Amino acid sequence: MLEIVLLGLNHKTAPVEVRECLAFSRDDISAGLRALTQYRSVSEAILFSTCNRVELIMTTEDFDLAVEDAKKFLSETRRIPISDFNDCLYVYRGDEAVRHIFRVGASLDSMMVGEPQILGQIKTAFQTAAAQKTSGVILNRLLHKTFFVAKRVRTETAIGDHAVSISYAAIELARKIFGDLKEKQAMLIGAGEMAELAVEHLMRHQAGCIHVVNRTFERALEMASHFNGKAIRFEEIEDCLQQVDIIISSTGSPNYVITRDQIKKAIRSRRQRPLFFIDIAVPRDIDPGINRLPNCYVYDIDDLKGVVEDNIEDRQKEAVKGETIVDEAVIRFRDWFKSLDVVPTLLQLRNKMDVIAAAETRKTLQSLPHLSEEDQRAIQRMTRALVNKIMHDPTLFLKRSGVRGNKRTYLDIARKLFNIDE
Amino acid sequence: MELLLIITVLCYLISSGIYVAFLFFQKEALHKWGFYLLAGGFIFHTVAIIATAVRIGSLPAHNLHQNLILAAWAVVGVFLLFRLRYNLKILGIFAAPLASAAMIAAMIAPREPVQMQQIFNSFWLVLHVISIFIGEAAFALACGLGIFYILQENAIKTKRRGFFFKRLPNLELLDASGYACLVVGFSMLTLGFITGFVYAQLVWGRLWSWDPKEVWSGITWLLYAAMLHGRLAIGWRGRKAAVMAIIGFAFLLFTFLGVNFLLQGHHGDFTRW
Repeated sequence: MLEIVLLGLNHKTAPVEVRECLAFSRDDISAGLRALTQYRSVSEAILFSTCNRVELIMTTEDFDLAVEDAKKFLSETRRIPISDFNDCLYVYRGDEAVRHIFRVGASLDSMMVGEPQILGQIKTAFQTAAAQKTSGVILNRLLHKTFFVAKRVRTETAIGDHAVSISYAAIELARKIFGDLKEKQAMLIGAGEMAELAVEHLMRHQAGCIHVVNRTFERALEMASHFNGKAIRFEEIEDCLQQVDIIISSTGSPNYVITRDQIKKAIRSRRQRPLFFIDIAVPRDIDPGINRLPNCYVYDIDDLKGVVEDNIEDRQKEAVKGETIVDEAVIRFRDWFKSLDVVPTLLQLRNKMDVIAAAETRKTLQSLPHLSEEDQRAIQRMTRALVNKIMHDPTLFLKRSGVRGNKRTYLDIARKLFNIDE
Repeated sequence: MELLLIITVLCYLISSGIYVAFLFFQKEALHKWGFYLLAGGFIFHTVAIIATAVRIGSLPAHNLHQNLILAAWAVVGVFLLFRLRYNLKILGIFAAPLASAAMIAAMIAPREPVQMQQIFNSFWLVLHVISIFIGEAAFALACGLGIFYILQENAIKTKRRGFFFKRLPNLELLDASGYACLVVGFSMLTLGFITGFVYAQLVWGRLWSWDPKEVWSGITWLLYAAMLHGRLAIGWRGRKAAVMAIIGFAFLLFTFLGVNFLLQGHHGDFTRW
């Protein structure tokens, strides 16, 4: 009995030391797929590896042997004893394997629920497997359904709608204030990973000139060239307030770098254009009193954390809707998988023919009212005989092909030829 | 006639309901249908007004019933045009119920028999009435946008975000479109004033007659003029501009309705109960 088996480990089951030992690079994957399908127990295989997970998806006639072989494969190719990772592995079969890959693809199983990268990574893995021809009828369909489910979850739920990183949440807020960030100028005071990330997000939104301020002018020059911006001196901040719209601050200064009075002065000459302050520093750089000035908005690190927490909560709520979509898809996939057996396919095929024959006979007989009952029965006999004769060879072929091993390919083709799945 | 108006009211009411649903559920299809229904209702509305105009042989702006119908028509028309220019899906939540309310009020308002007045056929008068109604409709939308602006700004300033934060557009769009409404409204109101002066000169031989409606309109006009001046000269914008758009509309409503109920004058005839 052929079935789908999934074996893997992820950030929840394995510590990073184990994950990094088992991770495959892109080139490793092609070689790995070839090695994996050398095992007699494995018929089809797809392998993918990200920093958070390694997953092997296979079809096999012998579940236990395939699991053993897969472990052996991991141990041999990664040169690490099975005992080192055996406890971290999860093994799913049948529906559970299908559900797992659907959930992974839809980013319901990710460390950060709703993050979009995972789908691209699965797509690449699938392309690799397709190029190596280690993926066949069943896994092809499984992966196509995975992409389909992922797309549905993304469009029908708001799982990926809101920012879950501090820097991106800040940019989303900026967009709620300014709308388009195109040509909006920004000032970066100090340095720091989050602040620089925020600037990069801004640049991706085609923001205008980035003004970089630093305690040491040399450092400012260096960073400015990195962002294609302009370095300015600490004393020039006040003049620069005329031009910039977004101020990102992340210095180690114990006092406020920008005070309420400075901004109060600047507002008038700015003709009240809005100013948005992103204060990532602790202790804070931006006088919180500025938030009370008209058209000025100050978000400090705690405010941004609050936004992110809310957004994560929203995503988790949306994930529940995503699970429903996955459940539905698992059932549909199971139906298709079951149908990939000779008997149900033949029955459905037969049924389709009978329905067509019956309908056409009825139509013909209606237009020939002068026929006697005897004549009518003769015509009906003839159509039944036709169906039987037509069905004879395909039936024999499909039954025989079961012996030769690539039964499912032929069944799949037959179902497609006669459009049985519709 | 009556049937057309009833269809119009129904369209507007259902559209309002759909827009409210859109506010809660944020489904793209909802706002589309809200918009289509509003546009559909607008067609019936226009036909109804033209039919009345043909029947009585002049612009139907003789009593409160007709004026409210015209006002609702202008609100919907200006909203539909604005919707083409600005991506402001949410504004329907303001425009559709406002138009519905005006229409329902119009249906309830008594309809005195229309006295045929020769003076009503002047080109200047028709232009006067239409431009004033369009201007007032634009101010109504500016008020709605002002309300949205304040809600959204509160959500951002207090850092609580909440219900409206996700549902309302960004501050810049609200502010810019509110300003556009003010500019359109002010231009139309000014045009309405000029044509009104010309008409008054032709009919009564004087430009201005200290009629209460004229006085209050003058006050409203000055208020909006001050608002626009403030914006152009010293950049009044954001919350301040939003609050003033709401206050301006309150004055406008008083000029439109209050003056007729509380004070007397020659404009009163047109909106008398």
